[in-house]
Amino acid sequence: MDGVTVQDSAAIPTREAGAVMSDPVSHDQKAAIDGPRRAEVRELSFFYGDKQALQRVSIPIADHKVTALIGPSGCGKTTLLRCFNRMHDLYPGNRYEGAIRLYPEDVNIVSRDIDPMFVRLRIGMVFQKPNPFPKSVFDNVASGLWVRGVRQKSIVSERVEWALQRAALWDEVKDRLHESAYGLSGGQQQRLCIARALAPDPEMLLLDEPTSALDPIATARIEELVMELAPMVTIVIVTHNMQQAARVSDYTAFMYLGEIIEFGPTTTMFTAPSNPRTQDYITGRFG
Amino acid sequence: MTDRTLQIPASTMPRIDERSLVRKAKRSDSRFEITGLAVLVLTMLVLLALILDFMADGLPRIDFDFLINFPSRRPAEAGILSAWVGTTMVMVTTAFLAVPLGVAAGVYLEEYATKNLINDLIEINVTNLAGVPSIIYGLLALGLFVQTFGLGEIVLVAGMTLALLILPIIIVATREALRSIPLEIREAAYGLGADKWQVIRLYLLPAARPGILTGAIVGMSRAIGETAPLITIGALTFIAFLPPAPVQPEFPFINFDWLFSPFTAMPIQMFNWISRPQAGFHINAAATGLILLAMTLLMNGFAIWLRYRIRSKQ
Repeated sequence: MDGVTVQDSAAIPTREAGAVMSDPVSHDQKAAIDGPRRAEVRELSFFYGDKQALQRVSIPIADHKVTALIGPSGCGKTTLLRCFNRMHDLYPGNRYEGAIRLYPEDVNIVSRDIDPMFVRLRIGMVFQKPNPFPKSVFDNVASGLWVRGVRQKSIVSERVEWALQRAALWDEVKDRLHESAYGLSGGQQQRLCIARALAPDPEMLLLDEPTSALDPIATARIEELVMELAPMVTIVIVTHNMQQAARVSDYTAFMYLGEIIEFGPTTTMFTAPSNPRTQDYITGRFG
Repeated sequence: MTDRTLQIPASTMPRIDERSLVRKAKRSDSRFEITGLAVLVLTMLVLLALILDFMADGLPRIDFDFLINFPSRRPAEAGILSAWVGTTMVMVTTAFLAVPLGVAAGVYLEEYATKNLINDLIEINVTNLAGVPSIIYGLLALGLFVQTFGLGEIVLVAGMTLALLILPIIIVATREALRSIPLEIREAAYGLGADKWQVIRLYLLPAARPGILTGAIVGMSRAIGETAPLITIGALTFIAFLPPAPVQPEFPFINFDWLFSPFTAMPIQMFNWISRPQAGFHINAAATGLILLAMTLLMNGFAIWLRYRIRSKQ
């Protein structure tokens, strides 16, 4: 199946053009993924104050699959990812238009009526730089449980072990659970952050360039981890490394200047991209 | 590369003598180093001379009796029992009032207050309050606590006055400490789905603890030496009894009567002795000064130890 191409005319969206465009685009994208969807971004625009960073973006997010967002710096991929758990709400002057529908109950998670906390309780996030809390390894992973009011010791320690094992970190830290997380290496810290996000069993996991601060060996471990986790949790990953997107993702969206240029199954995107700009980017001619 | 850069010949860059540049840099570096060192040594020497002078006068006077005797008309029999007990009680009261209030106000201003005219005004005033002369606080306390509320010249009033005095210091320190927490920690906490109060209580306050502690100790160190506001509210200068003990053998084993007791404090005792004509009292004042210095150092040392402990646990 071919990737979906958004025509250049959409770069200067007018009300009419958008209205005309929206139907066929979303129709095509429904066809672009097999199986159920966990979420769908529909005509999402995002503004940092007056500056528009996302231009009526639409992509589906396949359930229990890995979706990669790629594109050159400043294309809006991190901005889009941070919409998924309303990180932008922490700073004043930011504004969403359009929708991210979360399934199965079909709620718009960027709507003003939905509290950001509700979204963040269901969708976990791992950041570009490992950001453990200045607490012990155990306390870091237990944080998400405590925040949800889960305090029963037996449950907490069981969940912590479960999450650390899923994050492939258990064997390395099981003897130092009560030592500071700052004593771990960068790669271990990032896996700790993944464990922390996994512990409360989120429906979706957002990864924002999770390996950009890591060395190649640590990067390889995180990539393996992402692939192992996909059957358990829906993952959206932002990466500036195209090989990484090709290795770990099932679907890829190529973004440029705040727009989705092309979306499709990763194999199609990397072997037969239908947009010339996608081709230029993935062959390294620009970006 | 544009055409314009091609037109400018490379030869317009003047010749650079790298060796002489390095030499010049080294010279100005060492000039600054020497000046800095000289200033530092001079300052330390003055401080050292002060302490040595104190010690020469006061050290021989310090013995156990000096600590457990009440003031007396005879300098050789006088002691500072009521003064150091008073200072300790006032400091405890100050800490219990100023730290929770200051931290709460700092958290509110930094995390909750929205930008508007009223909050801007509050901010400017808090910062300015830190620079208000301490006697003004004494006058405020005299008018408000002592006269209007009719509380009298008691430990509680002294604690409240000094708490007011150091409140701005603690508020500013709390805000600075919160502001210096990396953004990543906030985002990590909110990203987990924590609510605002959870983020503050579980992640921001623990991370800000060393900074808040430093502010609290700086404030307390200032408060411990304050004389003017205590004299203004009418603290007694000659007290030959102790406030009631805070612990008692009968149920409920603790009482707060001491809060309502008259008191004196170390700096007041010093001030009183230094204004006497007899040389013996001047020696007593020097000895009291030494002990006050030791108390301040002890407090700072405790803060450093606490900070170190917090850091090593993180």
